[in-house]
Parts: sequence; structure tokens; C-alpha cells
Amino acid sequence: MSSVDDRGLLVDLGEDRPQLPAQARIVSPIVPRASIAGRALVAVVAIMTFLASITTGGVLLVSEAAAEWQSEVASEITVQVRPKTGRDLERDIAQVTEAMRAQSGIVEVRPFTKDESSKLLEPWLGSGLSFEELPVPRVIIARVQPGTSFDLNALRNRVIQVAPTASVDDHRAWIERMRSMTGATLFAGFGILVLVIAATIISVSFATRGAMAANRPIVEVLHFVGAGDRYIANHFLRHFLQLGLEGGVIGGGMAMLGFGFSESIANWFSGTPVGDQFAALLGTFSLRPLGYIAIALQAVVIAAVTGWAARRTLFATLASID
Amino acid sequence: MVRFENVGLRYGLGPEILRDLSFQIPAHSFQFLTGPSGAGKTSLLKLLFLSLRPTRGLVNLLGYDISLLGKEEIADLRKRIGIVLQDFRLLDHMTTYENVALPFRVMGRDESSYRKEVIDLLKWVGLGERMDALPPILSGGEKQRAAIARAVISRPQLLLADEPTGNVDPTLGRRLLRLFIELNRSGTAVIIATHDITLMDQYEARRLVLHQGRLHIYE
Repeated sequence: MSSVDDRGLLVDLGEDRPQLPAQARIVSPIVPRASIAGRALVAVVAIMTFLASITTGGVLLVSEAAAEWQSEVASEITVQVRPKTGRDLERDIAQVTEAMRAQSGIVEVRPFTKDESSKLLEPWLGSGLSFEELPVPRVIIARVQPGTSFDLNALRNRVIQVAPTASVDDHRAWIERMRSMTGATLFAGFGILVLVIAATIISVSFATRGAMAANRPIVEVLHFVGAGDRYIANHFLRHFLQLGLEGGVIGGGMAMLGFGFSESIANWFSGTPVGDQFAALLGTFSLRPLGYIAIALQAVVIAAVTGWAARRTLFATLASID
Repeated sequence: MVRFENVGLRYGLGPEILRDLSFQIPAHSFQFLTGPSGAGKTSLLKLLFLSLRPTRGLVNLLGYDISLLGKEEIADLRKRIGIVLQDFRLLDHMTTYENVALPFRVMGRDESSYRKEVIDLLKWVGLGERMDALPPILSGGEKQRAAIARAVISRPQLLLADEPTGNVDPTLGRRLLRLFIELNRSGTAVIIATHDITLMDQYEARRLVLHQGRLHIYE
């Protein structure tokens, strides 16, 4: 189009409408952000990210605590020597201790004294009871060199040879149970994550459809001026990615603060009976730096899932609008 | 430029709205598309703008058989066609300037490369002082001119206008007709759908008359 000076005004509006100098500039976005139900979507994504982060953090804590228990238990062997009429228990204990010390791979052997054994039973039987009258088995704890392949059968044969009433336990059953519990926790955590991500995708799809319905006139006009679906989708997608990231940062940040706060609480309570019970169960309740990195990455993944779900819905909806 | 061969159109399972349309629109031509209300003028414009696909027949537009085009190719082709609709379809959150500049923005051009062109056109159609106004505060005539400016800013090869003078008084109607004639002289083929006999009488041009779904051409 040639300039106004070349052609003159085609539509003459008269003297009462002077042509003012133009200050026009492009400032408006193609898709106004206010037209997308942003706050609700940010809240949904934040809640989903928070739940996913709590799940991941919880699973990591349980896995770490379980791994710690397992490594502690796996490096320990317990021998129980039961009293039997006609046998000298103290002699049996001494012989078993010697036999265990002679076994390669064992770094420490500690037989429990009569008093120590009594103390072990105190929580169940109470104090002031004479253990002399009870056939209380005695315990010998051995610590195995970590990383060595230990021959348990050889030790068992050697121990039973010197004390037929002894039994050797390497806590394998306990470890197996622990392993299945950890596996179940991981599986449950993974299941929850899948559900959270599915709920996020559904919520984002609904929000996208709503936004597209609200902005249908804009989409139609953009089609009129020759915009392709990719161009239009990208303008919507920008908003959804931003909303997803906002929600992810808020949800992930809240979860990180939550874990940091719980760690502080655990520290405040350490030394108290409740704190000690808790620490025995879940360790120090402190998420390692890797855990925080996992939560941050998860927030990014949920933002990406938001973008992907929005994009998928956008193209499906655009195909139906012309 | 445009070639229709035995084109028919029906909505769903309903009766045929357009029947056996065969005509050509030469480049740089000017024509009125007329007929009584409900004759199918808007449907024919939608076919020409690729918003609808014919249920039968061949449509060749700007050298392309439209039945072979994908969505992105249709979008590219629409960049070469301007359309003015009865309800203007301006975006309410954008100023008049931004609305008119929209086709360039969609093309991905830098604002500095088209700003002067948009301002000149807005002045040319008498909207120089309304560039920063939002559509809701524009009058019907101003909206009409803004919609026309948006349709012609990228110098389309084909301009389609649906009742472009339907919302303006006769004086402004004449002015808008002059705008279309001027545009046609600069090389754009123009099709104006109208049932305003007075408007058509003001300019000697080919008339495409739709009646009961069939097209009659008066050269």
C-alpha cells in the first residue's frame, strides 16, 4: 500500500477529525493471559506437584532407611545358645565364641553376658526377676567384614559341632521381608506418582479446553488472517508452560520447605523417646541433596507434562475450529 | 485465479445449498455477488475462503486444487486472501492498530518493517486518530473500516467482503466502495457480497447472482 501522502485520504472525514500523529505500538499479546483460567490451573499443578514431591521424598526416605537397616543387619550374625540339661552353658558359649573367631570373614565377636541377656528381656518380663530359674538362651553377636563373601554353612556346622543347642541366624528372612516392604513402598509411590500425573493431565486438558472455548473468537480470527494451527497453539502453549512452571515451582518449593521443616522438627525432638523411636524407624528424617534435586526435577517434569497435555488438547481442539 | 467446476455444497444431510456452480474469477477483476437472503452468498464466500469444503465438484484457488491441501497449506493460502465479514471479527483486547497489523504479525514480520504501512493505511481509511482505541469503543463504521483495513493490509490477491456496507450509512457505504475500487486498481481481485442494489448501481461491474442455490452471471 502506498503512503497516505501519495494517495491522499480515501475516506475524508472532514475538518472535525484531524489526523493525529500515531503513537501506536504492538503491546498486546495474541492471546491475553487473563483469558486463561490461570490461577485455578496454577493451584491444581502446585497441589499435584506437592503431592508428587511428598510421595517421592517419602519413598526416598523409606528406601534410604531400609537400605541402612539392611546393611546393618546384613553385616551381623546372631548365634543363640539354648540351655540344656546336662550341658554347661558357659562352656558352650566359650567354645562357640572361639569357633566363630576362628572363622574367616568375622571381624568381631561379642557374647552377651548373663546380665546383658537379662536386660534384653526386661522390657517383656520386668525387672527383679531371677533369671537363674529360667532357661534363657544366650546370645552371641558377630560382625562380618563388609563386602566379603561369607560362608554361613561352614560357620553353622562348626558352631553346631561344639554346641548342638546353638542356632545361627544371619537375618536373611528379616532382610527379605524388609526388601519386599521397600519394594512395596516403591511400587505404591510409583502408583501414586502415576495417578498424580494422570490427574494433572486430565486437569490441564480440561483447563485447555476451557481456555480454547473462551478464546474461540481469537482462534477464528487468527485462522482468517492465515495463522496455522502450530502458530496458534504456540501462543496458547506459552501461557500453559508458564502456568505449569509456576505451579511446579510453588508445589515443589512447598514440598522442599516441608522436608526441611520436618528435618528441623526431628532435630528438635532428638534425644527424646519419641524422637529416638522416630529416628530408629526413619533414620534422621533428612532428605539428601539428591532427594531435593529429584523433587526439583519432578517439578520440571510436571511443568513439561502440563505443556504436553495442553499442546495435545490444543491441536485436537484446533482441528475442530475453523 | 479462481475456478469452480460443478461445485455443490450441503450441510450435513440437509438439502444442497449450492448447486452445480461453475464459474471463474479472473485476476484483477471486480464483481458483486448478490441474491436474496438465504441464497447462499455467505456459504459461497466461505468456500472461497476455504472455511468450507465442497461436497462435490472441483475448486481451484490461486492455482491449487483445494481438495489436496492440508491445514497448514490452507493457512498459507489464506495469507493471500483477505476477508471482511459482516460481524467484523476484530479482537477486543487489541487496539485498532494491532488488529490491522495482525496479518503481518502472523507472518512473523518485525514491527518496524510494517509500522509505517499500517499507520498510513489507517490514516487512509480515516482511522488515524483511532489507532490506539479498542474495538468496543469504536462505532460500527469505524469497526467496518478497521476490518477492511485488516483484510487489505497485506495486499491480498483476492479480497472477499460480506455485506461490507451493511452496518454503515449510505455516505460511508460509498466511501468504502471507493476503497474497494482503489484496491482493485492496485491489482487485487475483489468479490463483494451484497444485496444492496444502490451500492451495485454505483459501480459498473460483473454481477454474480445466486438464486435457489444456482449462480447466474451478468457480465
